[in-house]
Amino acid sequence: MPTQTRKPFLLDFEKPLCELESRIAQIRELAAENNVDVSAQIQELEAKAVQLRQEIFSALTPSQRLQLARHPRRPSTLDYIQAICDDWFEMHGDRGGYDDPALVGGVARLDGKPVVILGHQKGRDTKDNVARNFGMASPGGYRKAMRLMDHANRFQMPIITLIDTPGAWAGVDAEKLGQGEAIAYNLREMFALDVPILCTVIGEGGSGGALGIGVGDRLMMFEHSVYTVATPEACAAILWKDASRSPQAASALKITAWDLKELGIIDQILPEPSSGAHADPLGAAQNLKKALLENLQDLLSLSAKQRRDLRYQKFRQMGKYTLA
Amino acid sequence: MSLFDWFANRQKSEPVTQKRQEREIADGLWSKCEACGVLAYTKDLQANQMVCSECNHHLRVDSDERIRQLIDAKTWKPLNEEISPIDPLSFKDRKAYKDRLSDYQQKTGLTDAVQTGTGLLDGLPVALGVMDFRFMGGSMGSVVGEKLCRLIEYGTQEGLPVVIICASGGARMQEGMLSLMQMAKISGALEHHRREKLLYIPVLTHPTTGGVTASFAMLGDFILAEPKATIGFAGRRVIEQTLREKLPDDFQSAEYLLKYGFVDAIVPRTQLKATLAQLISLHQLSPIAPGHHHNGDRVHYQHHNEPKKIHRDAMQVLEETD
Ligand SMILES: [Zn+2]
Repeated sequence: MPTQTRKPFLLDFEKPLCELESRIAQIRELAAENNVDVSAQIQELEAKAVQLRQEIFSALTPSQRLQLARHPRRPSTLDYIQAICDDWFEMHGDRGGYDDPALVGGVARLDGKPVVILGHQKGRDTKDNVARNFGMASPGGYRKAMRLMDHANRFQMPIITLIDTPGAWAGVDAEKLGQGEAIAYNLREMFALDVPILCTVIGEGGSGGALGIGVGDRLMMFEHSVYTVATPEACAAILWKDASRSPQAASALKITAWDLKELGIIDQILPEPSSGAHADPLGAAQNLKKALLENLQDLLSLSAKQRRDLRYQKFRQMGKYTLA
Repeated sequence: MSLFDWFANRQKSEPVTQKRQEREIADGLWSKCEACGVLAYTKDLQANQMVCSECNHHLRVDSDERIRQLIDAKTWKPLNEEISPIDPLSFKDRKAYKDRLSDYQQKTGLTDAVQTGTGLLDGLPVALGVMDFRFMGGSMGSVVGEKLCRLIEYGTQEGLPVVIICASGGARMQEGMLSLMQMAKISGALEHHRREKLLYIPVLTHPTTGGVTASFAMLGDFILAEPKATIGFAGRRVIEQTLREKLPDDFQSAEYLLKYGFVDAIVPRTQLKATLAQLISLHQLSPIAPGHHHNGDRVHYQHHNEPKKIHRDAMQVLEETD
């Protein structure tokens, strides 16, 4: 993509860094035209850029992370599949009359071994996003996901799910077709599957819509992804009666990977390239692949029953209460 | 003030009967049906299980009343009453979550939004969970999740059918992702219960929405609903906003779900106990079920083991959280 189309997607906190980087480029150009050696200055500025980048990305607020998680250039499920898998064959349809473009999946090879890989699919631009319903899956999407997971179970293939949705689709058709039932069914049946299940939040983990493909042996999150019980916007509107309080809600809800690791909800935080996954999708994909393979190796050494029991125990301990 | 003034003042105010009626409503002697406005003696209304005899409207029922309606007298044994909420995220919106909790605890006498226990239902042993909408809109946080989970695990261990009366606005935002994960946790417990071929019946009452609908409310072998209960995944207003159109009146009603195949039956409250008893007993008499032995012509089925020990898993969790 040409750089012009990238500019509108620049987030506020990325601006100082972007300005510095374009200044370095300018100086380089001028130096080349005038044949002067500015390598010392450039080196200094580049070091400054590295430092600035580190400062910015290590001090992101939850609502800035939310912006990154929703970044239009953030790699999507199909991007990751393309980057980490071979032999990809996409499967379509819930066999009940619907094929949801917001939830995609199929069979592929990961490091030579067959897997079923599936996830929410956001669009790459406005038109694509409309077609993909912004990654908000319909009941048929969750039923397609279950069909694929049953397939994996039958053929003893590990399941990899990639989570990236603002939430399950809320519309008349979704209610009529049983959005609640579709998600609930997956929650229960994912506990019954024999094969290893690896779930990764790659962008936005939106509530029940995320959880609907999120019951696994390992829960991982990219470092700039979020996972939340309700969107901070909705939470602010309901609890603060003021949607503009959404940054406050984003902090209060504890939606970042670090918060959720501390709360005992996720197992692992996957590092992103220094300027975020959107700046280096292939780098992010390599990190994902590495984590998937490592975890898979651990899980394949267990029996099916051990995996099921451990999966249940893992979710069983989630929750905080007292015995008063 | 002279006696005359006192009489004059009194006559200026509202008619005596209305005033008395208001006071008696406040005292709880009379109750007003929110659907048709008819007044009924609370005692009569209670005798009719809080169903308006004029218009058949099902008034809201708290968890104590619900247990009274469903469980045979003197057979209710509560489970895990000591499990109480904390404020894991130090959450504060316009009000601190801690304060909200203690306010609701005071107002309702409950620790959180669910009561669980065992008892006999027309003589049949059941594990029963009853959500209470009065407590923060029946929202599901860690305590609701943990208590329901332990109830289902207990049912699995003791071979009991599980009945859950749902009434909830969904996951409790003040506990963040911990609330969301209760959906998975309870569904996992139901998977184990199901694996043992035990019966689970959720009863959907007004309202059952959000995370509860997207988990245990929709996982029953039978799903029953009360007349006109609102049941849905997303809030009606959210859908109206995204679509910018008005939705049909029966949208997300129990009747709507029956029409589209997501509940088995709409059961008036006055028939709920009998219906549950019918379904439970139907599933205990299978002549081919494992563990049920033929003895001559009579079929013997396993009776409820009286609870003697708390579930081992539950004990483990108890120790861990100490
Ligand atoms: Zn009435």
